[in-house]
Amino acid sequence: MSSRIGLVVNPVAGLGGRVGLGGTDGPQVLQRARELGAEPLAGVRAALALREVRARLAAAAPTRHAGTSAPRLLTAAGEMGAEAAASADLDARIVYGAGALPAEGGTSAADTVAAVRAIAAEGVDLLLFAGGDGTARDVLAALEAFGGRPPCPVLGVPTGVKMHSAVFAVSARAAGEAAAAWLRRDGGVRLRDAEVMDRDDDGVRDGRVASRLYGWLPVPDVPVRVQQRKTGSTAPVPEAFGGIAAEVAERVGDGLLFLGPGTTTRAVAAELGAETSLTGVDVLALSPGKPARVLLADASEEALLGAGPAWIAVSPIGGQGFLLGRGNQQISPRVLRACGGRERLLVLCTEAKLAALGGRPLLLDTGDETLDAELAGHVPVVTGRRSTSLYRVTR
Amino acid sequence: MTAHHEQSTASSPVSTVSAEDARIAPKPRLRRFHQASWDEDLIFDLGSPGERGVLVPRPDPSLTPPEIPAALRRAEPPALPEMAQQQVLRHYLRLSQENLGADLNIDVGQGTCTMKYSPKVNDQFVRDPRIAALHPLQDEDTVQGVLGIVHALEQLLKEISGMDRVSLQPGAGSAAIYANVAMIRAYFEARGELDQRDEVITTIFSHPSNAACAKTAGFKVITLHPDADGYPDIEALKAAVGPRTAALLITNPEDTGIYNPRIEEFVRIVHEAGGLCSYDQANANGILGITRARDAGFDLCHFNLHKTFSTPHACGGPAAGACAVTAELAPYLPRPTVEFDGTTYRIDDDRPESVGKMRPFLGVVPNLVRAYAWIMSLGAEGLRAAAETAVLNNNYLLHKVRQIPGVSVPYAEGRPRVEQVRYSWQQLYEDTGVHSEELGLRAADFGTHYWTSHHPYVVPEPMTLEPTESYTRADLDEYAAILTEVAREAYESPETVRTAPHRSTVHRARPESLEDPATWAVSWRAYRRKILGEGLR
Repeated sequence: MSSRIGLVVNPVAGLGGRVGLGGTDGPQVLQRARELGAEPLAGVRAALALREVRARLAAAAPTRHAGTSAPRLLTAAGEMGAEAAASADLDARIVYGAGALPAEGGTSAADTVAAVRAIAAEGVDLLLFAGGDGTARDVLAALEAFGGRPPCPVLGVPTGVKMHSAVFAVSARAAGEAAAAWLRRDGGVRLRDAEVMDRDDDGVRDGRVASRLYGWLPVPDVPVRVQQRKTGSTAPVPEAFGGIAAEVAERVGDGLLFLGPGTTTRAVAAELGAETSLTGVDVLALSPGKPARVLLADASEEALLGAGPAWIAVSPIGGQGFLLGRGNQQISPRVLRACGGRERLLVLCTEAKLAALGGRPLLLDTGDETLDAELAGHVPVVTGRRSTSLYRVTR
Repeated sequence: MTAHHEQSTASSPVSTVSAEDARIAPKPRLRRFHQASWDEDLIFDLGSPGERGVLVPRPDPSLTPPEIPAALRRAEPPALPEMAQQQVLRHYLRLSQENLGADLNIDVGQGTCTMKYSPKVNDQFVRDPRIAALHPLQDEDTVQGVLGIVHALEQLLKEISGMDRVSLQPGAGSAAIYANVAMIRAYFEARGELDQRDEVITTIFSHPSNAACAKTAGFKVITLHPDADGYPDIEALKAAVGPRTAALLITNPEDTGIYNPRIEEFVRIVHEAGGLCSYDQANANGILGITRARDAGFDLCHFNLHKTFSTPHACGGPAAGACAVTAELAPYLPRPTVEFDGTTYRIDDDRPESVGKMRPFLGVVPNLVRAYAWIMSLGAEGLRAAAETAVLNNNYLLHKVRQIPGVSVPYAEGRPRVEQVRYSWQQLYEDTGVHSEELGLRAADFGTHYWTSHHPYVVPEPMTLEPTESYTRADLDEYAAILTEVAREAYESPETVRTAPHRSTVHRARPESLEDPATWAVSWRAYRRKILGEGLR
């Protein structure tokens, strides 16, 4: 049975970037971008990703089935998907906006949300969306409406200007490759929860771009290929979490741990025997030889201050490398100081995730300049049992 | 003599084949390689009951079973294949054609491995009965020759490293690193500092065995990442050292081929904190006769004799390593050592402070003989010439490869490299969707290959090339031409590359099976138990 892909294109995503407007948020910016001669490229990128999916699925299929390997596509009308599908020679069923979409360039965020809902309600193996951070937020909002876990995994085809979210592939082609690997359940492709981020509503702050964490969406996690192994390769990711958890248990001993949000900390908590919230800061009681206990889930800053001194474990946000000040503001300067500052701060990250930062430093934005200065420099990152990497962290 | 032959000798022209037809066809620019594929069964599935290669004489009736200790007697004969000689020979010859051995291909793609020509005369020495027929339990008086070789090799490696003593006990590079870490541990234990000094510092581009051996020996490991220029981050080192520091384990040049010009400062910083410094010279191919571990202030170093000193890599089997130390650490060297009093060689196994044996007896003696022969055949000037040629070859290849569209050379922009380079195909991947690993597999269709890098991939879409001194300019030109062609295909017909190899024995291995120990079957018995699901005792 062939797989089902959903596709939603934000046709105006990226328009502002080419003409130097830094984004395409709001109708005025959009109109200005058009006046400056911006050409839409989201549809082109989406078609490129679809062609990659089709080629890779056909290459993987047994010869006699090659004709039936093409995915079935559910999408929105016109430039919100149908045109990209046609350009990639894929048949598509229109589940949103047939005959009712506004004229070219007239669609809005509300259309994105409605299209995602319509497609997800039909059920797909994967939802591809072409756009930027704003589009990712719309997709998140649409899927959150279903309650609980999102009904399908998603993957962003990058076409936007601001690309802070970790839900995007590095290129349209890479999106196609990851999508095909997921659809044919190839080589142990798993899902991981990736951050949806966008520039802060306040825009630029203190001369620096600030961004906010809005939530997580499940995306296919195509592992770095391991075919040409030699001895000495690092442990596969699941084993790495076990090693990090063992190190955390050893450091904390009999004591309290404030565990920041994210997939790394959640996986480490699971290894310690506790189920924690993905988005919140949890208070755990650790005791050697016993499963960790969650004392407080989704604790506020005040609750953390009330819980007493503890070790603090955080993991950098994928894609950006933010360590403190994004998505974990509960771990405030007051909380950090009350716990003992950097002496009690555990930074958790697998070697693979650290390498994926491409040498860029970890980032701090606690809102307390003095504290940021104290924490800046080189921070020991726990990468496994008895293993740390000394990594640069800057304000 | 056949009638046909008589006829041809009788006719007057020597041959009726024209000169045009007789000419050997010009070769294409790239060779039309095709690997043999025999679809050969496992040897355990070949042969038939009763088939024999050798008729073993029946035992002397006086040697009845009671003379064989009961514990050594089998209840049932072993389940060995039963085959005639020719069928055995054919089986293994076929298998030998289904690989891309170092003697067959231009083996510059196995970066960090230092693949060089291992002179065949050295194998003749090793197969000579005067080496091959020795028994490790022979009396010292009867093995003075081989003890002399082991002793002389130690003197050579002392000169090459600048150190005071050398052990040739370790079985290979990681065993040598482990021996060094064990000596560091013994050193601090003897000084009563081991409880305090429990941290070892290394770098992400040093060989991962450094971190692994340190952890195995009970140390905590701190890994330094490169600074923006690709050098080990000296500020990170300053942040890492302290009263807990036991040692720095570092490679130089690192796997990027970049030489750390501040290496003496690294050593000084660690020494000032009270730690020891161990130089991973598994691959010393770019620095032989040019710089020495001792001269940079190191306390220990090690060599892989199967890399720099040409002995075979042995497919992960018995290679040989050497660890070299200062006089202060010499009491902790693995035992035994070979001592010489001016007339007689003696095995010294009475070394109470030694970290113990790394291998039984003297180590992997055949590889010690090969390394000794290689060094002696070159002499001091020859060793330096080997290093200089390797560096020249590497920078020549670097010059050719960096002109290929889609490739880049991360870090230390514009600087020459020592003996190897870690390239990146990130641009080609972004343009074409073809991964570095797939380019390496396509290279197999032209009779060669390459390796990417250790994990994690700090350099994206990596390719690590290390041309040693063994390869000619024509070899390097051919290798670069193959890479150029494969990269062109990635841009013009990516499917050709993605579905490669096309002319090789094995299409692709399933990577997930390499990840899961449950599927590993390294013996026939394990294969039957794990894969065929047979219940075995």
